[in-house]
Amino acid sequence: MKQSSLFQAFGAVIKRDLLLAYRHRAELINPLAFFVMVITLFPLALGAEIALLKRIAPAIIWVAALLASLMSIDNLFRADYDDGSLELMVMTPHSLSILVLAKVTAHWFLSSVPLLFIAPLMGLMLHMDSNVIGILLLTLLLGMPVLSLIGGIAVALTLGLRKGGALLAILVLPLYVPILIFASGAVDAAMSGFPVSGHLSMMCAILFLAITLTPLPTAAALKMSLS
Amino acid sequence: MFMRFIYKFSSPPYFYSISGKMLPWLTALFFLLLGYGLYGGLVTAPADYQQGDSFRIIYVHVPAAWMSMFIYVVMAISGGIGLVWRIKLAEIVSISSASIGASFTFLALVTGSLWGKPMWGAWWVWDARLTSELVLLFLYLGVIGLYNGIEDKRTASRAVAILALVGVVNIPIIHYSVEWWNTLHQGATVTKLDKPSIHIDMLIPLLVMAGAFKVYYAIALLLRCRNELLEREPNGKWIDELLEKVK
Repeated sequence: MKQSSLFQAFGAVIKRDLLLAYRHRAELINPLAFFVMVITLFPLALGAEIALLKRIAPAIIWVAALLASLMSIDNLFRADYDDGSLELMVMTPHSLSILVLAKVTAHWFLSSVPLLFIAPLMGLMLHMDSNVIGILLLTLLLGMPVLSLIGGIAVALTLGLRKGGALLAILVLPLYVPILIFASGAVDAAMSGFPVSGHLSMMCAILFLAITLTPLPTAAALKMSLS
Repeated sequence: MFMRFIYKFSSPPYFYSISGKMLPWLTALFFLLLGYGLYGGLVTAPADYQQGDSFRIIYVHVPAAWMSMFIYVVMAISGGIGLVWRIKLAEIVSISSASIGASFTFLALVTGSLWGKPMWGAWWVWDARLTSELVLLFLYLGVIGLYNGIEDKRTASRAVAILALVGVVNIPIIHYSVEWWNTLHQGATVTKLDKPSIHIDMLIPLLVMAGAFKVYYAIALLLRCRNELLEREPNGKWIDELLEKVK
């Protein structure tokens, strides 16, 4: 039997996940609908005062994105764990952390990229200026992959548990703090006309750190959950 | 030589007997340090020129805050050792540290808030250090929740070790992100390299109290580890031998 290269394996995992998602396309809407609904709750609770909404719009959008990511991250390994294909992935000769990276990439593409298209709309509804919306999109682009990568660790750790849901939130949310701070800091700075490159550089740094490091504990936790 | 000592020390029967011998000495040392530190801090140290007597809560607050971070690192390191070499005692040290560390973090938060009321005029201020201490408490709660969630305790220890290692990489990032986000706290008083901005009469009791807290941690850790050992191996042969001796 011919050995597939690591790169082929990476591509195969992504392709498989995208195909699986395409077969269940109705489920893709859920995180998006959740994102929109959470944002809708804020004007209802706070009142429709334009200045106030404009001021807190970046915070609302980022917290909603964070919760939407938290909601969808549970599916990252669940289906594969239930039907046993995760075990097969562990048994392949390829490094598990690379396959994990492929799965997270596919998950990011499915759960976060659609959000990037809805977020400007939400920004307009909250009266954000168009140049600030641009910065908001940039922070979402840089930050959402980190959320998926960090979330992957916690999902892998809680895989074997029956009631992992609430625990997942406790494990993940403290680790989301830096990205939330830098992202909303960048958008805040853009709103008051300050330069944002510092915040964005920090977010880039965190992103590359996360891409490099997080697959390792995720892979270790997966092996632990399966043994 | 060192590894031989580690192997010997980490065998449960040996650990159990030697920790039993260590406990009374540690307890005596703890009360000695605590007595001296409290007397020095509450009686002989001069009152602060600005904060008056209310600064004296520093003798509980600061050591507790130091311990909260120190214990997290101990937890991560011993968890890592348990993960790599599968030493059962390291796993037990790691998980036994978690709830002690969480208590110290909670203590630091409570005393910080008590101190904040007269100084900053509010029970809670979203100040950088207070907030990162709060996040640290959440990290501890996550560790404890994960350990309790997994049925098999060996697996649970490994999961906790992975989580603690992830946390220990994250703590500096969280700390500095929160620091840049907002700060109101007084600057570090002791760890300045050139000259501490604290009077020597105030500093010595503080360091003694920090020592007392460390010894207290050692006592609590040993007690918890002994309990955990007995609970994990209720039918161990060495426990039967211990019981024989007691009879």
